[in-house]
Amino acid sequence: MNFIPNSSLKNEMLKEIGYGSIDELFEDIPKQIRVKHLKLDSAKSQMDVEKHMRLLSEKNSSCQNLKCFLGGGIKPHYIPAVVRSVLSRAEFLTAYTPYQSEASQGFLKAMFEYQSMIAEITGMDCANCSLYDGATALGEAALMSSRITKRNVFLIPQHIAWEKKSVLVNYTKGADIHIKEIPFDQKTGKIHLESLEKMLSSDVSGIYIENPNGFGIFEDDVDIIKELTKKTKSLLVVGIDPLSLGIIRSPGEYGADIVIGEGRALGNNMDFGGSGLGLFSCKQEYLRQIPGRIIGLTKDDQGRQAFCMAMQTREQHIRRAKATSNICTNEGLCALAAVTYLSWIGGDGLEKLSYDNFKIAQYLSNSLNSLESFSKTFSGTHFNECVIRSKTDPTKVNAYLLKKGILGGVPLKRWDPFLKHDMLFGVTELHSEEDIDHLINVLEEVDHV
Amino acid sequence: MFRSARYEEPLLCDLSMVTSKKPQKVKEIPGSLMRTKSISLPNIDETQVVRHFHRLSQMNYGIDSGIYPLGSCTMKYNPKINEAIANWERFSCLHPYQPISTVQGTLQMMYELERYLAEITGMDAFSLQPAAGAHGEFLGMLLTKAYHQQRNDNDRIDVIIPDTAHGTNPASVAMAGFNVVEIPSTDQGMVDIDLLERTVSDKTACFMLTNPNTLGIFESDILKIASIVHDAGALLYYDGANMNAIMGKARPADMGFDIVHLNLHKTFSTPHGGGGPGSGPVGVTKKLEPFLPVPRIIKTKDGFDLLYDIPQSIGKLRGFYGNIGVLLRAYVYIKLLGKEGLTEASEIAVLNANYMKEKILKRCPDYELPFKQLRKHEFVLSCEKLMKEKGIRAMDIAKHLLDYGLHPPTVYFPLIVKEALMIEPTESESKTDLDRYIDALCMIANEPTEKVKKAPYTMPVSRVDEVGATRSGILTWKQIP
Repeated sequence: MNFIPNSSLKNEMLKEIGYGSIDELFEDIPKQIRVKHLKLDSAKSQMDVEKHMRLLSEKNSSCQNLKCFLGGGIKPHYIPAVVRSVLSRAEFLTAYTPYQSEASQGFLKAMFEYQSMIAEITGMDCANCSLYDGATALGEAALMSSRITKRNVFLIPQHIAWEKKSVLVNYTKGADIHIKEIPFDQKTGKIHLESLEKMLSSDVSGIYIENPNGFGIFEDDVDIIKELTKKTKSLLVVGIDPLSLGIIRSPGEYGADIVIGEGRALGNNMDFGGSGLGLFSCKQEYLRQIPGRIIGLTKDDQGRQAFCMAMQTREQHIRRAKATSNICTNEGLCALAAVTYLSWIGGDGLEKLSYDNFKIAQYLSNSLNSLESFSKTFSGTHFNECVIRSKTDPTKVNAYLLKKGILGGVPLKRWDPFLKHDMLFGVTELHSEEDIDHLINVLEEVDHV
Repeated sequence: MFRSARYEEPLLCDLSMVTSKKPQKVKEIPGSLMRTKSISLPNIDETQVVRHFHRLSQMNYGIDSGIYPLGSCTMKYNPKINEAIANWERFSCLHPYQPISTVQGTLQMMYELERYLAEITGMDAFSLQPAAGAHGEFLGMLLTKAYHQQRNDNDRIDVIIPDTAHGTNPASVAMAGFNVVEIPSTDQGMVDIDLLERTVSDKTACFMLTNPNTLGIFESDILKIASIVHDAGALLYYDGANMNAIMGKARPADMGFDIVHLNLHKTFSTPHGGGGPGSGPVGVTKKLEPFLPVPRIIKTKDGFDLLYDIPQSIGKLRGFYGNIGVLLRAYVYIKLLGKEGLTEASEIAVLNANYMKEKILKRCPDYELPFKQLRKHEFVLSCEKLMKEKGIRAMDIAKHLLDYGLHPPTVYFPLIVKEALMIEPTESESKTDLDRYIDALCMIANEPTEKVKKAPYTMPVSRVDEVGATRSGILTWKQIP
């Protein structure tokens, strides 16, 4: 099996264009740097490669075999077969970025629908058609806030994943943006409002909050926070979990200027943390500062509805060094999964899904809290993740759970040394009360081992 | 030949709109956050969803539809086995925080892929974290900054790029906080060595170069370029978008490059997915390895592990470890082709490009080839003559190619070629398909101007008013008047 059709025609083709050998085509490469041969294996048949991959895959244990209670902003979700079916359409899968709009109307229209849906669920006017993931969307939002306000301090909650903080620092250091962390209330696990108030000043470009936050807890003081940002004319940037928006108000309703988030849960695999879906939406007035591709509605020369990439003058291929972002390749196929998923589940379905996630997570935290060795760390209302404090070392707890085929919560000591006894658990619509009862039974054994 | 379907498919919002029922009140949700309005998303049947997206797909062109010779995009065939394997549950259904002992297969794949890419480029170490080529460039610039800072060489604020560079280069440079210094190419379409020598200084942090460059020309003076850059104390960065020209022929490290990014979604056959996900791994030489992002994948006596404790690391560039599904596909591709196959891929990619170029120039003098003759995997024609004589522009030709059932090349890039058609056929196309493309280009040059200018005729829409989309600012269905 070969992917190179002209292999057997090379001499004929060379002759036709007046070359004597393949080597002549490479004679512009200086002799002293020519490679003799690569130290790689020789070709293998598809069957042999598949066998090899099968062996590799057997060294993994998937979350279909293990019961996963890991949180951290990524969890297993149900993916309807429809999503895989649409994504496997090769006309979508194997297309490039839709530069030639007449040959890309299908994908462009789907992306327009994606933008419409993301704008709708976040309560914003417009959305782009994806960034790499939630963490890089935060970086882009901080840069955009500075471009809009011409200020260079960006406030973030102390209680977000350490990885996100690291990404944010890397994204913003070139623009000389100072990142400052707002402490959390040790009791509720929410933003500490008095601290926030003190930190606000006229050089703050934007305030980032997450809802639900890094501990899985709802930040319900959003109206107060919005009022505070008004005083200093700072932007309110909100990070969301789209699945939570079926039961809580959209950030648009409480005055967000930019809404970002990780959209992987909308029909995309966990993929060991691979291809994410950076959600990005904002108010129309900031449109020209948005990073990334945007699809717009226009007409063809006969006046029919047509779609194409809009406002390309913001982008690197036109604007070069002055572009709003360097992003070129995005996560188009993950956005296609999301729009398919949202179409399949519908508005009513999203509300129910949101509720199911909420409900089962309350069952989880109440069950854990009833155990002697475990307790809820914070009192705030949580969505589908919660922080649990363990009397036993979390590493030991997880090691025992793993023996029983269970993945316990994420140990939070890397987030914050003060949280060395704490674990971030997560559940979704895939978990039943029986699954949680089983977890509880196994946890009861931990102390007796 | 490709023929697009032409459905008048409504938008999802017109298939059915929301029920306006009040959302369920969840009493445990704090009052200030409780949703009071229903989410206005369509509630439609699965059948409708499937037909909708199926019809949309039939109004879209992919590499499986036919030749897709976008210059600098390397639209090669995406083997089906890659898709099948990347979707296996034991790869796709893994949580990134799973214990290391339960993900040894994926870690082994990543470790080995890093070694393969290191061998292909000659670099010492790789990071698989970047999600795309531009993301890799950005990482390269962060590494450049960290390298100079560690040497207390803090005045290096300029990054030099040639005027043929991809747009992402200057954008990534600016995003990392460097100044962009652009230098014009010579009349041979190559780096102006004298000018480079005069431009580098103790302010230069890095020189970014694509080799072969975006004209498809190999920078034969690369060793001289490397020594000029290094003598000035700067680093040399390799934009790997054009790596498909030289696999098994030459390696960036041997040319003197310090940092390399590759585009797995170009050279290593992973599908573009209408814009992504891609993957832009970054390779470096030893001196830059300590700065690579965490975690690094290491081999221990017990297997593979993720190493976080690296004091000089720049930290993280994205959540987690890289676009795993894309990495898997590229890994499978390298296994399938092996060293001979990868080398042959580059050989035939270069042969196909030169074959097309020579035949077009011979058969149709309306197209011209500015700069030198020998090209690697891509070439850039100018249709300036057609514009002057007949008023036919590069964009007109691009659109009319669609009526021949062929995807157009990249147009109007690089900027130094007037009315540019940038053609990269890749090794995936048969001679028959190349000949058909050549025929189409020659025929279009001889068609009446009026006809070409109104193309396309066979697509679901005629010529799209792109300026109109920006002017109207309609980006969601709610904004449709």
